Amino acid sequence: MKVYLAVAIAALSPFALGSQFLVNLAVLTAFSAYLGQAWNIAGGFGGLTSFGHAVFFGTGAYLGAILQTRFGLNPWLGLPAAAAAGGLVGFVLGAAVFRAGLRGSYFALVTLAAAETFRVLANSLEITRGGLGILVPGAPGFWNFQFLDRRGSYAVVLALLVLAMACAAWLGRSRFGARLIALRENEDAAAALGVDLVRTKTLALALSGALTAMGGVIYVQMFLYVDPTIAFGVERSLEMLLVAMVGGAGTLWGPLLGAVVLHGIADSTRVLIDKPGIAPMLYGVLLLVVIAFLPGGIAGAFRAKPARA
Amino acid sequence: MLEVRGLTKRFGGLKAVDGLDLDVAAGSITALLGPNGAGKTTSFAMVAGFIRPDAGTVRFDGADITGWRADRIAAAGMVRTFQITQPFAGLSVAENIRVGAFLRTGDPDAAMAAARETGTRLGLGAFLDRPASALTVAGRKRLEVARALATAPRLLLLDEVMAGLNPTEVAEIVSMIRAVRDAGVTILLIEHVMDAVIALAERVYVMAQGRRIATGTPREIAGDPAVIEAYLGPGAARRMADA
Repeated sequence: MKVYLAVAIAALSPFALGSQFLVNLAVLTAFSAYLGQAWNIAGGFGGLTSFGHAVFFGTGAYLGAILQTRFGLNPWLGLPAAAAAGGLVGFVLGAAVFRAGLRGSYFALVTLAAAETFRVLANSLEITRGGLGILVPGAPGFWNFQFLDRRGSYAVVLALLVLAMACAAWLGRSRFGARLIALRENEDAAAALGVDLVRTKTLALALSGALTAMGGVIYVQMFLYVDPTIAFGVERSLEMLLVAMVGGAGTLWGPLLGAVVLHGIADSTRVLIDKPGIAPMLYGVLLLVVIAFLPGGIAGAFRAKPARA
Repeated sequence: MLEVRGLTKRFGGLKAVDGLDLDVAAGSITALLGPNGAGKTTSFAMVAGFIRPDAGTVRFDGADITGWRADRIAAAGMVRTFQITQPFAGLSVAENIRVGAFLRTGDPDAAMAAARETGTRLGLGAFLDRPASALTVAGRKRLEVARALATAPRLLLLDEVMAGLNPTEVAEIVSMIRAVRDAGVTILLIEHVMDAVIALAERVYVMAQGRRIATGTPREIAGDPAVIEAYLGPGAARRMADA
């Protein structure tokens, strides 16, 4: 109970901060935790280790930007539209890949290829304005979903983070989640007990894709710009995976812990050692340390869960 | 309850299973025997929907289920266990069994209650909250059966649940299987250990090199020359008769 109280206080404290710089750090950390949790729903709970979740992120980002700049749709409505589109991409991708029986590293490669395909498409299509990217006109205001005070952005990201955590908590309790975890541990045994592997994995990827795509919309409203590399680049996919794996894949709190640790490292090194590329290097070292010594991530080290056999 | 006709599977040039016919009567314990490599597990895998047969039909309760996926067959009421136990290693024993129970209820609490009840009935009561990876071989075999039973099957396929157990553990499993049958579940089991099966089964099929070589009651099978030869080598039956 004390832990929950501490987390709640920490989560709400940015509202009391005067410094926009610090609030901005909180926004980026919470945003990272949100995307990590979205990845975690398929990658952690279902063991569907995706290397290309940017395919969902970028779909949402571009859809939000295009609907707003070309069709004048209110950016708030971009959220449900992106969720639907991300869910659809996840569903179609999952149905194709899982029906073909691809898993493990093959699945990872297909997701990577999907994101790259979308990046190339975004680079060459007219509707995405190719490599120029899309600039969203700045018009701060609640109804435009743009906030001069970063605390507004923080509120939105925090609400999404709570939603993603609720999804993860539901997986930890429900029949769907139990089946997803079971097939991660052993596909044959799960199938023998009546788990429809293709259906369960496809729905998990669709849910994960829907959440990730909403993150894309938020990103565009915060930074007012998207281009093919921001949207579909490998860095986005890897950061999502890294946050979840370092924090603890398949756990409720893992992505949050991972985001706090990774952003803590990235931002403090940026202040202490002003050399470009130092943060990604530390990320790599941290990932190695986690894989070697904490296979369950940081969250896994805190609880006495059995080691994987 | 189960009717298998002409079931065939080739792996490359090898016929792993060659025209198997097999019937399981409702309420019975039926055994499929044979030396290692006879094709028993492949037959099981085809019947339960894990491998698609090249030829032949499988009928369950009158319905043709040939080529159905495993999860659909499980939902229809036929569930298999694995010879090499396949626990969900990261989950507790109760959580393992609950995956099976979720086939009949969507309510997490009801599923957990059913899982704990099934686990306790199969002698896993003391281990319900322990990780499945901490179980002994005998415990894992029980867990296989408990998970399968939690799906409320009408036909249970047991793949070598006695292999690797000591005599005391075998005796315990034998009485457990009887109790399961007495609770109304029909059982088809694979074994290559004959003694245990003779004590348990009402009808026995014997396979060797992919073919059915004998069928009958355990007593008839034990004296069948073809069976003795399959286990002990060509000419063994004649040499035993001479001795």
